[in-house]
Amino acid sequence: MSHLTQFQTFLLLSILKVVVVLVITLTAVAYTVLLERKVLGRIQNRWGPTRTGPFGLLQPLADGIKLFLKEELIPLASEKPLFIIAPIIALACSLISISVVPFGQVTRVDGVDLFQIADLNIGLLVILGITSIGVYGIALSGWSSNNKFALLGSLRATSQMISYELALGLSLVGVVLRAQSLSLRDIVNSQSAHGMRSWNVFGGFQFVAFFIYLMAAYAETNRAPFDLPEAESELVAGYHTEYSSMKFAMFFMAEYANMLTVSCVATLLFLGGPSSPLGHLLPDDFGGPVLAAIFPVLWFVAKVLGFLLLYIWVRGTVPRFRYDQLMSFGWKFLLPVAMANILITSLVLALRG
Amino acid sequence: MQLALFIIFGALAVLGALNLLFQRHPINSALSLVVVMISLAVLYWSLGAEFLAAAQVIVYSGAIMVFFVFVIMLLNAGEEERTHGSRAAYIVGIPGAGAIFSLLAFVFLSESHALGSSSIGGYLNHVTSNISEISTVLFTKLLLPFEVTSVLILVAILGAVVLARKEQ
Repeated sequence: MSHLTQFQTFLLLSILKVVVVLVITLTAVAYTVLLERKVLGRIQNRWGPTRTGPFGLLQPLADGIKLFLKEELIPLASEKPLFIIAPIIALACSLISISVVPFGQVTRVDGVDLFQIADLNIGLLVILGITSIGVYGIALSGWSSNNKFALLGSLRATSQMISYELALGLSLVGVVLRAQSLSLRDIVNSQSAHGMRSWNVFGGFQFVAFFIYLMAAYAETNRAPFDLPEAESELVAGYHTEYSSMKFAMFFMAEYANMLTVSCVATLLFLGGPSSPLGHLLPDDFGGPVLAAIFPVLWFVAKVLGFLLLYIWVRGTVPRFRYDQLMSFGWKFLLPVAMANILITSLVLALRG
Repeated sequence: MQLALFIIFGALAVLGALNLLFQRHPINSALSLVVVMISLAVLYWSLGAEFLAAAQVIVYSGAIMVFFVFVIMLLNAGEEERTHGSRAAYIVGIPGAGAIFSLLAFVFLSESHALGSSSIGGYLNHVTSNISEISTVLFTKLLLPFEVTSVLILVAILGAVVLARKEQ
């Protein structure tokens, strides 16, 4: 690529990275749905989808075609512009935040890092900010539908997300204190010294923060056991009651993409991201340069998959909370514990260095 | 590149602010304000204040404006009524706004050396870490004002709780 200027190489490689990451994320979203249906089926002693393709592997494709071909209904009394823009906000915000996630070790081709779209020095804050903008998608969808169930669902979702955002953000402070940086790349590097022993969950003594993050993340993505916004026994379907066809699919995809993002962040912050749990037991250039670049990506994918399985397992196990239980759990338990974690972590760090 | 960002998001901020004034439904006005705030965050970022940009998005557009939208949704506020306003506003307001704009522009341009300046996009690389600089200043030089401000906000929260509490 010698006849291209540096800027042209950067532009082309960046577009390529964005396209590849988007395609992989959307495919992962589709197959997370299938994984959830299969695993949940097994938990509940039934088969899950089996008819389309071998082991039901083509089910996401069939679902996609069905949703594309369905009739698009917009209620007459709805606020049309907001009704249309709400699912777009929700999906866009959940997909944008994946752009700062580093998927592998730094592998530079012509000065462009292959496994991360954008290495920002405030990557963590960017993820938090984009998540907080994503609330508008849900808030507006419920209000613009002109339906009382949708409005109640979106009010629940909004207040729940705002409340748990605090515990979520505070649980990350301990990790940031240890890494002394908000860049996700630096945070990963701070845990890569001795494999599993230097991960923040184990060696970093951030397991309290890890559990706070996990619980707050379930609430933040509106998943069971905190799926009150779409509690079907009370609210029909919550904020997306009036949505059909692709607009409904966009909310659905946004929810699963959010799950993916949250799992990626948990992996990066607490489980060492793409670094191997074995540390340097294997030589760093094991299997040549190509394999050495691919192995960290595989570790990353395996950890994210573990988190997704945990999500599904929790959904199959724990019953739904009541709304007042949810609020008092967030404000009276998670928030004080997160603050105590910050105090103790900073005290220990100040005493040691 | 940074100039293009500045032009795009500056125009977006101005358009959002105009839309905020001309929309008749409060929720549309609130959403235009969100657009203005996010465009301002991008402008801060292109000037090298990335922490300020992130705080702007998280605090203002992510938390405060969500509460605005929330309250508008709960109150079921209707469309605003158009009034002609007072004649004094027309006679004094427009020249007054023009005068304030000219005065501020004159002060900023003539005192630009004393105020200090920042080139667009000059800090976008990783050379300086804004966050550590801000926290150093905030927790050493400006510790007292910082703590007093947080106590002030705490007092405001307590006042709101006292006002909203039901009488026993």
